Amino acid sequence: MANKGAAILECEDVTVEFDGFKAVQGMNLQLQKGELRFLIGPNGAGKTTMLDVICGKVRPSAGSVTFGGKVDITRKHEHQIAELGIGRKFQAPSIFKDMTVMENLEIAMRQKRSVMATLFARMNSEDEGRLNGQLSMIGLSSKGSWRAGGLSHGEKQWLEIGMMLMQEPEVLLLDEPVAGMTDKETDKTGELLHEIARARSVVVVEHDMEFVRNFASKVTVMHEGKLLKEGSMEEVQGDDRVAEVYLGRRREEHASRSTA
Amino acid sequence: MQLTRITGNRLWILGAYLVAAAALFSAPLVFSDFRLNLLAKFLAFAIVALGLDLIWGYTGILSLGHGIFFGLGAYAMAMYLKLEASGGKLPDFMGWSGLKELPLFWMPFENFGAAVALGILIPALLALGLGYFTFRNRIRGVYFTILTQALVIITTTLLVGQQAFTGGTNGVTGYSTLLGYSLASPETKRVLYWVTVAVLIGIFILCRYLTGSRFGKVLRAIRDGENRVRFIGYNPAVYQMVIFTVSAAIAGIAGMLFVLHVGIISPSMLGIVPSIEMVLWVAIGGRGTLIGAALGAILMNWAKSEFSTAYPEGWLFFMGAMFVIAVVFLPKGVAGLFQWRGKDRKKWLPAWARGSGGKLRTGEKEGSVPQG
Repeated sequence: MANKGAAILECEDVTVEFDGFKAVQGMNLQLQKGELRFLIGPNGAGKTTMLDVICGKVRPSAGSVTFGGKVDITRKHEHQIAELGIGRKFQAPSIFKDMTVMENLEIAMRQKRSVMATLFARMNSEDEGRLNGQLSMIGLSSKGSWRAGGLSHGEKQWLEIGMMLMQEPEVLLLDEPVAGMTDKETDKTGELLHEIARARSVVVVEHDMEFVRNFASKVTVMHEGKLLKEGSMEEVQGDDRVAEVYLGRRREEHASRSTA
Repeated sequence: MQLTRITGNRLWILGAYLVAAAALFSAPLVFSDFRLNLLAKFLAFAIVALGLDLIWGYTGILSLGHGIFFGLGAYAMAMYLKLEASGGKLPDFMGWSGLKELPLFWMPFENFGAAVALGILIPALLALGLGYFTFRNRIRGVYFTILTQALVIITTTLLVGQQAFTGGTNGVTGYSTLLGYSLASPETKRVLYWVTVAVLIGIFILCRYLTGSRFGKVLRAIRDGENRVRFIGYNPAVYQMVIFTVSAAIAGIAGMLFVLHVGIISPSMLGIVPSIEMVLWVAIGGRGTLIGAALGAILMNWAKSEFSTAYPEGWLFFMGAMFVIAVVFLPKGVAGLFQWRGKDRKKWLPAWARGSGGKLRTGEKEGSVPQG
């Protein structure tokens, strides 16, 4: 298949099998540079599995994932993929709870990852500036020396987003970043996301339709491991099949923003 | 890491360490030769505890095989001492077993420098090998711990079974001199004690550096969430291998010092029970703090020696009680008592006695928000 110029990430015919069950079947996904893409679909549609494939957590049984137009990452280890520039945020906040907020950001910071490099790493004023800048962007300036485990749920999510940004990845994969957040926290996360999407390519798996509507960006709908529809939010909502499998059943639920 | 910002608190801690070091160096003025020898042995144990704390306390990997790394270092030194004591002849136990000439693998141990180097290298390489096959294949947690126990059984069986080469159950003993100095003389013992103190301080500083560096932060991150570390871009397997190897090398150094003070090494001193005991020292002293691990080793062994002389019949019960008390009331070990951070200070008190403790713990909101 021909490469389309600026595609940073290209998933072709990706199939994932778990003990004979096909979680993803021949899924295609193409992400342009600087694009913000939402991945939606009912439970069990294979959205999270797609993210798992891209970040190397799950190996697809068929298909390829090409990064930057040349590297096939399906045979690479997770840490190699992360080093190439693909960052992943999991659904449950996974931060290092026994370390301080600042230390969490420090080890996430883009840097050489070898033992030798970290053994002799020194914090210079430039690094410190970057860390403090990140800290204020995620709104945790006053909590840099807190034990990360002591943060609230929303703050943990932001810390994790902050850690991802410190990695300076080219592609960010976010799995339900606003799940479990209050309305206020959701708004703030939305702002963060707008800011992030300005400079990077982002894939967001999301259930909260209201949240998705805030962004004028392309939406990919998955159903039973397959691509169902791709287009703007209006196009997707106008699609009968989508309404049938997903929105029809859930429109009422999401009429008012659900935060749980 | 930021040495430029030495606060008053830091100065106090530094002062306390200097006092402790001075006290250790001047111990020969106070203690009898017998006590000094005991203390020297405990300091060797403290060195193992430091190494064990690196891998268990900081990286979260429980090794129940450190007795072997300790023992291999000890055997390396014992082989050198035995050869020096035999004065060019075949070591006595080899003759009893019918060996006619020195086995090839004993030859390097005729040289002191080579013996010391091998006493560090052999445990380190063994750990590297075990780590290579386990950490790279993501074998961890209890499975890794079981494998370290298997290593203990294999090694002790080998040592016992190959009597002609290893001295069997009796181990290797009957030394006379070290580099020409009599091991029995009080002067040599005193020098060896000072050497042990110096090595302990050196290793302590090394561990301090390792745990304080960004490398150490990655280790703690691995303890908190190995997978997350992977998705940041670090390869945890390499970090685990390195720290396991360093930890084993430190145990080897401790083993060499141990033999110099005790004058014997046998398979029973590096088997399963000693390996578990080492973990207990760290647990009781406080894992995740270096000073806790070192103090735990010294205090536990001191208590063991005091109790066993004072109550020859009941001392094991005292030790058991100490262990139970430490596990139930001091989850962070003895060192945890000294972490006077507001939110932790009153944790061990019953809820009604904590008083205003709740206010201090506003930072701990974990679990109050439903996840996902």
